[in-house]
Amino acid sequence: MERNLMKGNEALAEAAIRAGCKCFFGYPITPQTELAAYMSKRMHKAGGVFLQAESEIAAINMVLGAASTGVRAMTSSSSPGVSLKSEGISYLAGSDLPAVIINVQRGGPGLGGIQPSQADYWQATKALGHGDFHILVYAPASVQEMVDMVVKSFDRADKYRMPAMILADGLLGQMMEPVSFPEINAEAYDKSSWAANGHQNKREHHIINSLYLKPDELQTSVYERFERYEKIKADETDAELYLTEDCDILLCAYGATARVVKSAVNSAREIGIKAGMFRPKTLWPFPVKEINEACKSAKCLLDVEMSMGQMIDDVKLAINCSKPVHFFGRTGGIIPTPAEILEEIKKIGGAE
Amino acid sequence: MTTEILLAGFGGQGVLFAGKILAYCGLMDNKELSWLPSYGPEMRGGTANCSVCISDDPIGSPLVLAPDILVAMNQPSFDKFVNDVKSGGKIFIDSTLVESKCERDDVECYYIPSSQLAEDNALKGGSNIILLGKLLKETNLFTLDTMKKAIEKVVPPSKAHLIENNFKAIEIGMNN
Repeated sequence: MERNLMKGNEALAEAAIRAGCKCFFGYPITPQTELAAYMSKRMHKAGGVFLQAESEIAAINMVLGAASTGVRAMTSSSSPGVSLKSEGISYLAGSDLPAVIINVQRGGPGLGGIQPSQADYWQATKALGHGDFHILVYAPASVQEMVDMVVKSFDRADKYRMPAMILADGLLGQMMEPVSFPEINAEAYDKSSWAANGHQNKREHHIINSLYLKPDELQTSVYERFERYEKIKADETDAELYLTEDCDILLCAYGATARVVKSAVNSAREIGIKAGMFRPKTLWPFPVKEINEACKSAKCLLDVEMSMGQMIDDVKLAINCSKPVHFFGRTGGIIPTPAEILEEIKKIGGAE
Repeated sequence: MTTEILLAGFGGQGVLFAGKILAYCGLMDNKELSWLPSYGPEMRGGTANCSVCISDDPIGSPLVLAPDILVAMNQPSFDKFVNDVKSGGKIFIDSTLVESKCERDDVECYYIPSSQLAEDNALKGGSNIILLGKLLKETNLFTLDTMKKAIEKVVPPSKAHLIENNFKAIEIGMNN
């Protein structure tokens, strides 16, 4: 397969087009802008629509409208912009609509900074908008995975009729790596039972709605959604386990941080410390089974993030606090170095 | 083995472009590679830098903190990064714009008046490529053929007429 050299942001866009995305609505924000720029050049040639909306809020609601008709639609932004989209994402979830949302994270809170960060984990996995709902969250760690996960997220969004998010960061968005585009045979999901795409007086009209004024009807719709979530938790978790079979210390990291952690794990092995790494590729659903498999031989865990510690909550829950979980993180746009992670490994490895 | 390269200079000197050429060299040679630009406000005229990793194995962190090779295109970049270079590393310096000399004796320094050479040879903005030519000669990281192919790939079609100038700049760098 031909290897291309592409920025993560551009690869996300190209993958979406190849996965059959027909509508892209966005608004520029660093460090994600190349994605929208790429879409503006390519989308019309691919027979789709690129539209720069007047705001993030407009963009996500355009996605809601497009998704209502059954076409594959996407929006992208970075942290502050994703906050603006949160209402629309809740409406998408409440309307059982498939869509893909990309967050190329930067430092926060507020306008924060423009350097890479992972401080939106809680937002993505716990509370991307109000109400009882989840969205699928994928965490790529390379430009190639960005491509593969975009394709997968469109598929799973359609399959489960729910929004899916790619949670990337500025490092992955800005870096170039070799990438190849697989032959994509996007599975066509039958949306004829719900898509509001014109009934031509031949069928009952379809209503896309998230408003239920009768509590029992709302409860029923939420129950139904949560039954789907149970199936997703059973079938859709994905993780990379690296040198975990005999590890004494298990490092947990996702996305760009996992690359740095892997280097630190290799260095630790070179000096005789049995370190391993668990890297969730799906953040929701969190790979509970996989982390328990990975930490079987571990005496303790070390969670590393570009935040003050957010995924660590899920790590502790997933292993039921059965082992000590330490934390090391940098925030504000600072990328941890392999050397400082190795220091942490030594410190913890020596103490226990 | 991984070779970590850091290219640094003013915005507009072409450090990202030069880094891109190195990245494409890696692609041509079927290596693993990464290219990471600084993307802050410094891109608009301040200092810009770019990390390139070339390896036989998958790249861990794409951020280069301790380069094997530093290309320093101005004084602030030289001052900022000279002490980060690994022992045994190589530093390529535009001596037209960098006045100081490296005081370390555990690294190899190459002083090329690349800005002056570019001007003398009517290669406006070619200082970055002249330094790449020198890097090519002193490191054997890639062949000349690979680099030429990479340049053909990186120069956009609308600027194809500049490919020959880039080849000329490489040659000047190799012979100085």
